[in-house]
Amino acid sequence: MHFDELIGHLGQHTVDGLSKGAIYALIALGYTLVYGVLRLINFAHSEVFMVGTFSVLILWNQLGVKNNPPIGQAILFLVLGLIVAAVASGGTALALERVAYRPLRRKNAPPLIFLITAIGLSLVFVELFGQVLPKLLGGALPDVFGRPRQIVGMPTIIQQETLFTIGNTAITNIQVIVFVAAVVMMALLDWFINRTRYGRGVRAVAQNPETAALMGVNQERVIMLIFVLGGIMAGAAALLWSMRFGFTQNSIGFVLGLKAFTAAVLGGIGNLRGALLGGLFLGIVEVYGATLFASNWEDVIAFVVLIVVLMFRPTGLLGESLGRARA
Amino acid sequence: MIDKIRSADRRRVGMLTSIGDRWRALTKWQQALGLAAFVAILYYLPLLGVPGLTWLRTDSIEGGNNWAGVLFVCAIYVLVAIGLNVVVGLAGLLDLGYIGFFAIGAYSVALFGSVNSPVVKWIQQEFNLPPTWAVTWAICLFIAIVLTMISGVLLGWPTLRLRGDYLAIVTLGFGEIIRIVARNATGLTNGPVGISAIPGPEGAPSPDNKVFGLIDAKPWYWLAITFVLIMVFLVRRLEHSRVGRAWLAVREDEDAAAVMGVYPFKFKLWAFAIGAALGGLSGFLFGSRNAFIDPTQFNANLSILFVAMVVVGGSGNMIGVSLGAVLLAYLPERFRDFADYRWLVFGLAMVLVMILRPQGLVPSRRRARELKDRAAEAEEAPAHV
Repeated sequence: MHFDELIGHLGQHTVDGLSKGAIYALIALGYTLVYGVLRLINFAHSEVFMVGTFSVLILWNQLGVKNNPPIGQAILFLVLGLIVAAVASGGTALALERVAYRPLRRKNAPPLIFLITAIGLSLVFVELFGQVLPKLLGGALPDVFGRPRQIVGMPTIIQQETLFTIGNTAITNIQVIVFVAAVVMMALLDWFINRTRYGRGVRAVAQNPETAALMGVNQERVIMLIFVLGGIMAGAAALLWSMRFGFTQNSIGFVLGLKAFTAAVLGGIGNLRGALLGGLFLGIVEVYGATLFASNWEDVIAFVVLIVVLMFRPTGLLGESLGRARA
Repeated sequence: MIDKIRSADRRRVGMLTSIGDRWRALTKWQQALGLAAFVAILYYLPLLGVPGLTWLRTDSIEGGNNWAGVLFVCAIYVLVAIGLNVVVGLAGLLDLGYIGFFAIGAYSVALFGSVNSPVVKWIQQEFNLPPTWAVTWAICLFIAIVLTMISGVLLGWPTLRLRGDYLAIVTLGFGEIIRIVARNATGLTNGPVGISAIPGPEGAPSPDNKVFGLIDAKPWYWLAITFVLIMVFLVRRLEHSRVGRAWLAVREDEDAAAVMGVYPFKFKLWAFAIGAALGGLSGFLFGSRNAFIDPTQFNANLSILFVAMVVVGGSGNMIGVSLGAVLLAYLPERFRDFADYRWLVFGLAMVLVMILRPQGLVPSRRRARELKDRAAEAEEAPAHV
């Protein structure tokens, strides 16, 4: 137990945790949106994120990005990365829905069948990116993608630098970018769901699918919309991840997805703002815990948090509410 | 295309049912004879040398694995599948952390039976025992079963009030926790270094071992298949007892079962504990056959493979899940070209089975019978998981 270390650098750990938690929060949105409307846990969402990181990797590799490009180019690469990751992840999420979930929905299958299908899909994606694609594309993308199952590094787009210091807390530019970008994305999504026509449709279906259908809401389209939105958020998270941590791997989604799911449950699954809160909270708890014990216990902390939350407050901190007044 | 698959599948199931019906129409002594013949074949398998059938052997292909060794893996996977079937198929609780129990079983023989384990060393120091002392294999077996049952209850107690998907994800976390603990608790488990010299029935691996050596896997297979047969018998008795009926009731409708006086929590906990013990037993066999274990052998993919065996085979049906286990363990060994893609194929198999045939390859006859009034549902919609 390293209490001194934790208390002495409390501010630093909080900042680190927040910037990490912001990424969890973005991924958690995918779980929350789908759960809020369909009452099912899209286990394969972590692979949507993984596809996003690989699309960023391939894009930057194809563009020939080197470490530390000039600022103008850096911004261009980031924007392109965001677009490509959002398209790739959104497309993957949509494909998952069409190929796997829709036939099951037609049959009215119970939730666990969806879960097993999702686990299978998740395995398929991990293997595609770990084994099949590297063999197929190994020649086309020599250095980065040719080694099955390896951790692959990405170029540093923005050099990590201390932006300003409060007390002994150093806040880096990347931390600020990650946090601000994540919060902006969340705010946009929140606005979209709460203020637009499409968002109203989503909320209506979440509240009562039959009545919404009677009122002329196209349920299938709403379901497609939430998968795409969740995918776009995962794509944004993938870009931020690539920027901050600079590596990816075919199995990256597993632990990260579990953490994001934990974040979603922590905040109240089905609740968009809860996802933000849960993500940030989990990020902080994890960094504190890693400091208190040792960094190799980090993953255990998230699972323990998940179990404790589900035991004592299964509806999470803010409670479920994509469609607010649910009977 | 899908319709074609469906009608072929219906023919296949019809054939299976007619085989089943014919079997049940036989007299008692004919059935006994048939069973005896089947068991004899099981024990004969590692020696398989019938011309024309030898291509089944995994060592008949270039660079193939030791045939008896593969059979041994099949046998312990069957044990896993039977145990997981109690949890998933009978009680309807999706457990994605089954690897945790498997690992606990393997680690209990390693920690108490191997002279290289920190636990044994500590006991030696504490009680002034000679450095060659370690707990006997048979007692380790007992320890493994007790430890896994306790851990099943410990996991089940807080989490079994959760339903469905939540339970699945929490158990997945449990499996990961066990692995991470095994990796990080260096003082207890040697961490990533692993534990070697895990004993078998004849003690730690050494040239003195006449029967259970490292090279020849045949005795190991015979040992494992004996365990499998005993467990099949026991679980079958359990399945057709009051407990088994309570499981089915809880699986079909927990609330209705509770109203009828079946206390779901108790029976779910029992299912967890019994399933855990079976997982522990197979982990135990795995550990003592391997003679060396480390945390990387117990990753989450394996847990998903276990679930795949159950759902692909036909959850709720012991013959089905055993078939699933044998298929998923044997095929990648026999067809080595596809061994690299085995996880991909498992994933695809899970998705396809869930979409085309949710009740698995060999559906549970008992469920079909019980739900006759909902025959259409039993055909189209999924078995219970």
